[in-house]
Amino acid sequence: MKEFVPAGADLELRGIRKEFPGFTAIENLDLHIPAGEFFALLGPSGCGKTTTLRIIAGLEEPTSGQVLIGGKDVTFTKPHERPVNTVFQSYALFPHMSIIENVAFGLRRQKIADPLAKAMDALNLVELGHIAQRRPQQLSGGQQQRVALARALVNRPSLLLLDEPLGALDLKLRRQMQIELKAIQMEVGLTFLHVTHDQEEAMDMADTVAVMNRGRIEQMGAPEALYERPKTSFVAKFLGQSNIFVGEIADSNSETLSISVAGSRISVPKARAEKQAGKIAIGVRPEKAQFHREAPADASDRNILGPGVIKDIRFTGVSNQYLIEIPNVGDVTVFAQNVGISPVIELGEKVWVSFKVEHAFGLADLPVGDED
Amino acid sequence: MAIAGFNTSAAPKQSSTPLKTGKFVWVLLLPGLLYLGMFFMVPLVSLLITSVETPDASGAIGMYQYGFDLSSYQHVVIDYLPQIGRSFGYAFLATVFALLISYPLAYFVGVKLRTRPLIQKLTLTLVVAPFFISFLLRTIAWKQIFADDSVTMGFIRNLFHLDQTFHFLGTPGAVVWGLVYNFIPFMTLPLYTSLERLDLRLLEAAGDLYASPASVFTKVTLPLTMPGVISGTLLTFIPITGDYVNASRDFLGSSDTSMIGNMVQADFLQNSDYPSASAMSAVLMGVILLIVTIYVRRTGTEDLL
Amino acid sequence: MRNLRLGRFVLPVYTVIALVYLLVPIAYTIAFSFNDSKGRTNTLWQGFTLDKWLNVCVRGDICDAVGSSLLISGVSTLVATVLGTAMAIALVRYSFKARSLVSLSLFLPMATPEVVMGAGLAGLFFNLGTGYGYLTVILAHIMFCLSFVVVTVKARVQTLDPVLEEAGADLYASPREVFWRITFPLLLPGIVSGALLSFALSFDDFIITYFNSGGAVTTFPMYIYIAASKGVPAEANVIASAVFLLAILIVVGTQIGSNLRQKRIMAIK
Repeated sequence: MKEFVPAGADLELRGIRKEFPGFTAIENLDLHIPAGEFFALLGPSGCGKTTTLRIIAGLEEPTSGQVLIGGKDVTFTKPHERPVNTVFQSYALFPHMSIIENVAFGLRRQKIADPLAKAMDALNLVELGHIAQRRPQQLSGGQQQRVALARALVNRPSLLLLDEPLGALDLKLRRQMQIELKAIQMEVGLTFLHVTHDQEEAMDMADTVAVMNRGRIEQMGAPEALYERPKTSFVAKFLGQSNIFVGEIADSNSETLSISVAGSRISVPKARAEKQAGKIAIGVRPEKAQFHREAPADASDRNILGPGVIKDIRFTGVSNQYLIEIPNVGDVTVFAQNVGISPVIELGEKVWVSFKVEHAFGLADLPVGDED
Repeated sequence: MAIAGFNTSAAPKQSSTPLKTGKFVWVLLLPGLLYLGMFFMVPLVSLLITSVETPDASGAIGMYQYGFDLSSYQHVVIDYLPQIGRSFGYAFLATVFALLISYPLAYFVGVKLRTRPLIQKLTLTLVVAPFFISFLLRTIAWKQIFADDSVTMGFIRNLFHLDQTFHFLGTPGAVVWGLVYNFIPFMTLPLYTSLERLDLRLLEAAGDLYASPASVFTKVTLPLTMPGVISGTLLTFIPITGDYVNASRDFLGSSDTSMIGNMVQADFLQNSDYPSASAMSAVLMGVILLIVTIYVRRTGTEDLL
Repeated sequence: MRNLRLGRFVLPVYTVIALVYLLVPIAYTIAFSFNDSKGRTNTLWQGFTLDKWLNVCVRGDICDAVGSSLLISGVSTLVATVLGTAMAIALVRYSFKARSLVSLSLFLPMATPEVVMGAGLAGLFFNLGTGYGYLTVILAHIMFCLSFVVVTVKARVQTLDPVLEEAGADLYASPREVFWRITFPLLLPGIVSGALLSFALSFDDFIITYFNSGGAVTTFPMYIYIAASKGVPAEANVIASAVFLLAILIVVGTQIGSNLRQKRIMAIK
C-alpha cells in the first residue's frame, strides 16, 4: 500500500550516463532539484532531455549512475513502484475508459480508498468535472491535456514529470495552461520537472532552468540569471538572441577586461567574464544595445562600435529588429521597442552601435567557427 | 500481408518507445514456434524420408522399409509429367486471369471508394463473401450451372451457334474457371491492402508534371502497388499448383485434367503408394521453396507477414 | 487526351459486374436450399419449399458432420488464437535475434499447398503410430490457422501506441495489470478478427482434413466431397447458407456498429 506523500520530494541524479547502440544520449549528468520547486529542463531536440525524463520515470535504465528520490536510490526500481508520475507529450489517455476512470486508474492500482471521489476532485480542479463520463476521443486537445494533468496529479506524486505537455496547444490556450500549471504547482506544493524546447515557457514558469545540450547540462540557474548572464555560447544563442564578439584580450584592469575588434574597444566586467585569458568571446543582448545617427562621445562605461549600415529592418509588432553591418566586425542586431508610429530610421543609413559595459557578458568558450 | 486486408484500421503507429528486450519474448514465441516445428517442419522432413523408402520385402501393399531409393522420384517426374505441366500451366493461367480481374476491382474499392468508408467496407465484404460459403459447394454450383444439360449451356450454345455436343465441364477451361473463381479473394485482398495505402497526392503530382492517365498508371500506381501484386500472385499461384478439387472428376474436371494434387491424393489414399505421393509432394514443395527463396532474396523477410 | 464523361462509369460498372459474377454461386447455393428436391439429387428445380430448412437434421449424418466441424474448429481456433496472439505481440513489441527465421516459419505454412501439408502430416501421424481421429485433425488445423491469426493480430498490435502501456506503468500498474487492463482490451477487436478468420478457415477446410481423418471423422466439407459423386442433398445447401448468412451478419454488423459508435462520438464533440 502506498502512502500519500504530503508534499514533493527532492530529486538527485548522480553521474547519469545513457548509451544507445551507435550514440550516447547522455554523457554525464548531475542534477539536484530541491523539493517543491518548479524546474525546467530546456534544450533543442536530440539533446537528451526526454531520455533524462524517461530515466527518472523508470521507463529507461541508465548505463551508469544513480537516481535518488527523497534520498532513496530508485535507479533500478520499476516505474510502477516509483512515486513519480508523468504527463506524456501525447497525453496517452486510455481510449477505452471514460476520463474519470482514466484519472482513477492510478488510485485503483495503489488500492487507495474512494478512488472515484478523489478522481472527481481532481477533475474539478481542472474544471472538467461536468463531463466526467466522456471518452478521451470526445474531448478537444486542451481538455485532453487537462485530463492528463489531473490523472497524474491525483496520485500526489513526490515528483511530477511533464514531457512537453503544451506543445500541441495553440498560443492562447498554451498561455492559459502555463498560468494554471504554475498556480496548481504552487498550491499543491509538489516538485515539477518540466521538459521543453520552448524557452519562453521555461523562463516564464520555472523557478530554476537547466539548459541541456548534447547530453550535458550547460548552465543551470534562475531564469533571469541565465538570461542576463549566459556562460556558454550555446546558452547565449539558444536562450534568446545574442551579439557575440571575439578577440584576444588587449587590456585589463582590476574591474574590466577588454578586447579589440576592428579598432574598437569592447569591455566586459571581470565579475561577468567566465574566461579571463587568451582569446575570449564577449556578448550582449540585442535589446540592451542602441544605435545612434552620430558618433557618440567616448565613455568609459559604454562600448561603442561603428560606423555601420542598416542592412535589414524587421517589424514584429512589439519591437523593431535592426540588423546593422559593421565592416570588419560583422552583423550586429539591435532591438528597439516600438514606442512611436512611424519608422525611426531607414535602410542604408549610417549608424553607430553602443551598449553599456555592465550589460556585456564573457563566455567560457568561443562560438563554433571561431575556435583556435 | 494478405489477411491484413481484413483490418482496414489505421496504418501502424510510429513511437519513440524502443522495442523491449530480454528473455521474456521467448516465452511468447516458443510455444507457437515449437508447434510449427513439430507439425509443419517435421512432416516435411517426414515426407522426404518416405519418398525414398523402398517397398517392403514381403510385398504387402502399404508397407515400406527405410532406404534410399530414388526410383519414386524417377517415376513421378516421368510418369506424372502431364500432371506437373498441367498444374503449373493452369496455375499460371488462373493467376493471370485472377490478377486481371482483381486489379480493377481492388482499385475501385481501395482508391475510388475511400471517400465513402462504409460503402467501401461493405463492398469489400461482398468481394470476400464467396469465402464464407463452403468452397466445395460453390464449385458444385458452377458444375451445375455449366452442366451439359443446363439452361446456361443451352443459352451459350444458341448464342454462339455451337454444336449440341459442345460441353464446358470436364475441359481445362472449366477447371481454370473454377480455379480463378475460388482464388480471387486471395488475389484481391493483398492488392486492396496495397491500393488502400496508396498516397493519391503522388498521382496528382504526376498529373501536375504532364503525365497522361496511362502514364500515371504505369509509372506511378503500378510500381507503388507492386508489393501487393507480388504478394497476391504468390498467394494465388502457389496454392493452385496443389489444388485438386477443381480438377477432379466429381467437380469441374475429368480424368484428362488431373493435376499434381489428384495424383498425390490417389497415391496416398487409394493406392497406398506413400513413396510416390511423398516424392510428388517433395517435388512440388521444392519448386515452391525455390520461388519463395527468389522472392525473399529480392524483398527481404520484413514484409512477409 | 480528354477524359470522356463516360470514362467515369467504367470502373463502377465493372465492379458491379464483377460482384455479380462473384455472387452467382452463392445465390445459386442459397436458392437451391429451397428446392423441393426428392432424394439426394439437387440439380433440377422442383419447386419452392421451406421443408429443408425446417427439417435440416432429418438426415442424421449431415448434422453429425456439422457437429464434428464445430467441435474441431472451435478447439483449433481457441488454441491457435492463444498461441498466435502471443507471437504477434512478440513480433511487434520485442527486439530479438532470429526474427527472419520466425517470419519465415510463419509465412511458409501460408504458402504451402494443402496437399503437401496434408500428406506430410498424415505421414507423420502414421510414423508416430497415433492413428487418425479428432486429435490428429485438430492438431493439423491449429497448424495452418496459426499463421493467419498472427498476421491479423499483428496488424492490430501495430496500431497500439506503446506509450499507453508506459502510462499504465507510470500509474502504478504492474506488468500483469498493464496487460489485462490496457493491452488486452485494446487488442480485443484484432484478436476476435483473428479468431473468426481461424474459425472460418478451419470450418471450410477439406484437403488437410481429408488426409488426416482416417475415416474416423467426417466434417461438413468431407461430407460434401463424398456426396459430390452421388448427389449433394439440399440440406447441405441449407447449412452452408445458414453459415454464410451468419458470417455476413457478423461482419456487416460489426462494420455498422463501429460506424454508429464513431458517429455518436463525433456528434458530442
